[in-house]
Amino acid sequence: MVYLKLYPEPKYNIKEILRYMGCRKADDSISGLVNECITELSDKLTYKVCYTEFSIHPTEDGVDLSFMQTNSRGLKMNLFGCEKIVLFAATVGLEIDRLIARYGVISPVKSVAFQAIGAERIESLCDMFNDEVRSRAAAENLYTRPRFSAGYGDFELSAQREIFKVLDCQRKIGLTLNDSLIMSPSKSVTAIIGISDKPRENCAEHCSGCSKTDCEFRGE
Amino acid sequence: MNILSYLKDNIVFLDGGMGTLLQSEGLNPGEYPEYWNFSHSDIIQKIHRSYFDAGSHVVCTNTFGANLLKFPEEELKKIISAAVENANAARASAAGKQPKFIALDIGPTGRLLKPYGDFDFEDAVKVFSKTVQIGAKCGVDLILIETMNDSYETKAALLAAKENCDLPVFVSNAYGEDEKLMTGASPEAMSAMLEGMGADAIGVNCSLGPKQLSGVVKRLLKCSSVPILLKPNAGLPKSVDGRTVYDVLPDEFAEDVAGQIADGVRVAGGCCGTTPEYIRTLTERASGIKPVPVTEKNIMCVSSYTHTVEFGGSPVLIGERINPTGKKRFKQALKENDIGYILQEGISQQEKGVHVLDVNVGLPEIDEKEMLKTAVCELQAVIDLPLQIDTTDVGAMEAALRRYNGKAMINSVSGKAEVMREIFPLVKKYGGVVVALTLDDDGIPETAEGRVKIAEKILGTAAEYGISKKNIIFDTLAMAVSADPTAALATLETLRIIRDRLGCYTSLGVSNVSFGLPSRGAINGEFFSLALENGLSAAIMNPYSDDMMKTYYSYRALKGMDENFADYISFMSNRQETVSVTAKSMPQNASSAEYASELQKAVAQGLKTKAAELTKSLLETTEPLEIVKQDIIPALDKVGIGFEKKTVYLPQLLMSAEAAKSSFEIIKSHMLNQKGSMTVKCKFVIATVHGDIHDIGKNIVKLLLENYGFQVIDLGKDVPPETVVKAVVENNAPLAGLSALMTTTVPAMEETIKQLRVSAPWCKVAVGGAVMTQEYADSIGADKYCRDAMETVRYAEEINDAAEK
Repeated sequence: MVYLKLYPEPKYNIKEILRYMGCRKADDSISGLVNECITELSDKLTYKVCYTEFSIHPTEDGVDLSFMQTNSRGLKMNLFGCEKIVLFAATVGLEIDRLIARYGVISPVKSVAFQAIGAERIESLCDMFNDEVRSRAAAENLYTRPRFSAGYGDFELSAQREIFKVLDCQRKIGLTLNDSLIMSPSKSVTAIIGISDKPRENCAEHCSGCSKTDCEFRGE
Repeated sequence: MNILSYLKDNIVFLDGGMGTLLQSEGLNPGEYPEYWNFSHSDIIQKIHRSYFDAGSHVVCTNTFGANLLKFPEEELKKIISAAVENANAARASAAGKQPKFIALDIGPTGRLLKPYGDFDFEDAVKVFSKTVQIGAKCGVDLILIETMNDSYETKAALLAAKENCDLPVFVSNAYGEDEKLMTGASPEAMSAMLEGMGADAIGVNCSLGPKQLSGVVKRLLKCSSVPILLKPNAGLPKSVDGRTVYDVLPDEFAEDVAGQIADGVRVAGGCCGTTPEYIRTLTERASGIKPVPVTEKNIMCVSSYTHTVEFGGSPVLIGERINPTGKKRFKQALKENDIGYILQEGISQQEKGVHVLDVNVGLPEIDEKEMLKTAVCELQAVIDLPLQIDTTDVGAMEAALRRYNGKAMINSVSGKAEVMREIFPLVKKYGGVVVALTLDDDGIPETAEGRVKIAEKILGTAAEYGISKKNIIFDTLAMAVSADPTAALATLETLRIIRDRLGCYTSLGVSNVSFGLPSRGAINGEFFSLALENGLSAAIMNPYSDDMMKTYYSYRALKGMDENFADYISFMSNRQETVSVTAKSMPQNASSAEYASELQKAVAQGLKTKAAELTKSLLETTEPLEIVKQDIIPALDKVGIGFEKKTVYLPQLLMSAEAAKSSFEIIKSHMLNQKGSMTVKCKFVIATVHGDIHDIGKNIVKLLLENYGFQVIDLGKDVPPETVVKAVVENNAPLAGLSALMTTTVPAMEETIKQLRVSAPWCKVAVGGAVMTQEYADSIGADKYCRDAMETVRYAEEINDAAEK
């Protein structure tokens, strides 16, 4: 069974928005622009998630996710020690795409700002859902793994087709997938969260775990 | 018995959920339930039969996802005919004595239509048409289009049903808690569009339980003149002790739905989580309720994909600026296929406060049908106002109406027999409010009585086509008073008579009245005010006209239409602001040391309005090309270099580029009037490749290239290789730029390059986009990988310089 959940608006993370816009720091004009866009956005977004659970088993080459098999070693590693997963899809809706397109015509800089805000919004929504999964697991003395999406590392993007089928994304949250595996609305995420009875050591969710060492935004 | 005649005097009960029941019978997650029509026909028949036994008049075939996207045609035929057979077998063996009908069930395709998805509207119509054709051949009693959460896809499905069978069609949408569809439509907007196109019942299903849907149902009952359908979920699924349960039980469900039947719902059933027990409880509970008659609401409205605009209350403003008549810059944009210019004209009118946009793109030297269709599609991608399609070309009118996502205004019909014969069938098929000009083959009658006579004739002919007067708005024709001093009086009198005697609404192209007189704004404003007082419901007008807007806001304030004078006050204070900004931004001689001029500074700092104002006043004393060379280009260069050195960020680069663009726009219009032309650099064809629907990056590159004087031919997004090749060859372009966001669309990029090499070997190809790297670019045979917009500009200048040598 696929469950549906609506969330209230997550708190805005301005620093992340600026990062998505390609700014390490902001002058007044950029901050002003971001605030103007957030005001314009007002209540136009919806925060929807649909999700379900599957039991999983490691296989020789990868992992059996119940609804599909994958040979992804990256996902196998991520899910090491997990017996089940939460599979979810999240979206903030189509209005952000409309704003990005509208300003693409009259003011590309605002289009860039809305694109950055949209990216931050969907990440914040995923974090909110992820936190909930984590604390629900913790209540049963279980632990979660960092969320993992199709297209990360060697986890094939075409897994999106199977994910969309089992989550019934179009009907549940209005999320669609095209032939090129692009999602519409664009500010959407599907991902897997592994659940295990063992905590994981050296769980790298931050910059130090990333292989892109020349990243402009790499932290300590 | 026909379902519609039964519905006239009775409540029609539909069935309940299918998917939930199939899951409990062993359907796996992700498995297509449509296969069960032949693999488990016994189970499907059992479920249908139990719904008939529970009192349903209609069961829906198990064909929710039966379409060409999921199944090849032969398999699709097998699925649908098995599904109809199952329903027929259930009907034959069911016990109940009620009349029983079978509905061909049609759900959404799972794909989002263009522009936000990549599924073409006509392709969607084709997919639905096939399902309808097969289903109708198998012998069903009606079509049920359900769970649609996008208005455009709903339109495609209804159009397919109407074009491929004569069966009754019920249409039901899935609304969210915000009482809108996922893509933004309100219940009123859906009602306007679906009723306009001839749906036999409209309504709401899925998403939520009956209580949460009651708001949408109330709104539909208030605005629709066709029967309302309700098929809610048994609430929301919840996990209780590891078991999934829906949180609304049969008793509560029946109670809630019965209440809404008493309020006027005429077709009722259940969706996800409901079972035969829910339907039995409901039919028993609702058995004594007398059906509420369906009445004509007589609301005149048009709609966009989000909302309706109603006539008869506050005056409706129809922006007239998307029209090439007498506008050199607009004509140039049309000839150059510069859709961006048209969109800007639309957006700025919306910002000025119009409610509807008139769209006229007729010009002798262009393909009007293609242009009008494109303009309508592009406008409705970025502007949520209803459109008024304005053309005398019937083919263009139909192409535009077909693609229009809502109920349009149609401009126009008249008392001419031939025009009525051409236009009324379109109004009937696609829905719409048609503007009817009170003239005929003998011309425009001078007297009011003559014009009213034509209006009566138009109403009579419309009725023969089944078009009611709520879909006809009369234009009583404003004529130049300078030619005939009594012209305005005749127009006003006609307005009055049409309102009082015919009970119809009216529209006028107000500004014609002042033709040939000085200070036309003054006359227009006053005439507008008189017309409103004589019953005018809508005006086709110029929203940049201060006189017209003053009249509009004052009239509403005086007529008690503007609560607390909020709109009037806000209009007046914005007006004063504009005046003072203009005064402040006059050129000053003092420049800071960093910049050679005020304009340079404004461009570099990204001050759009200021840059435009400064350019305007500089043009009084300076040659346009001097301004470009002395001020704009140096400012752009300074910012561009800063961006390359990473002292300037992307948003700052863009703000400055936009300021430069606003300067260029002023210079362009100025030069059009001077008959001069700007020297331009080479042509540059730019596109986001096939399958890719994101174009922010491409738009940034375009903006910068245009500022640097390149002639950019923007093909948009999701562009097939052939289209790129065609544009490059036709324009003999030395340069093409391709953008791709995802690894999955890189093959389309590679294919485009391959085709370019064959047909346009001279053309250099630059590539970019989120997924692109130097290695990728090399492997697909691009000439250049550009990591950002500035690098593209630099590369383009290189090619241009080489070509000029």
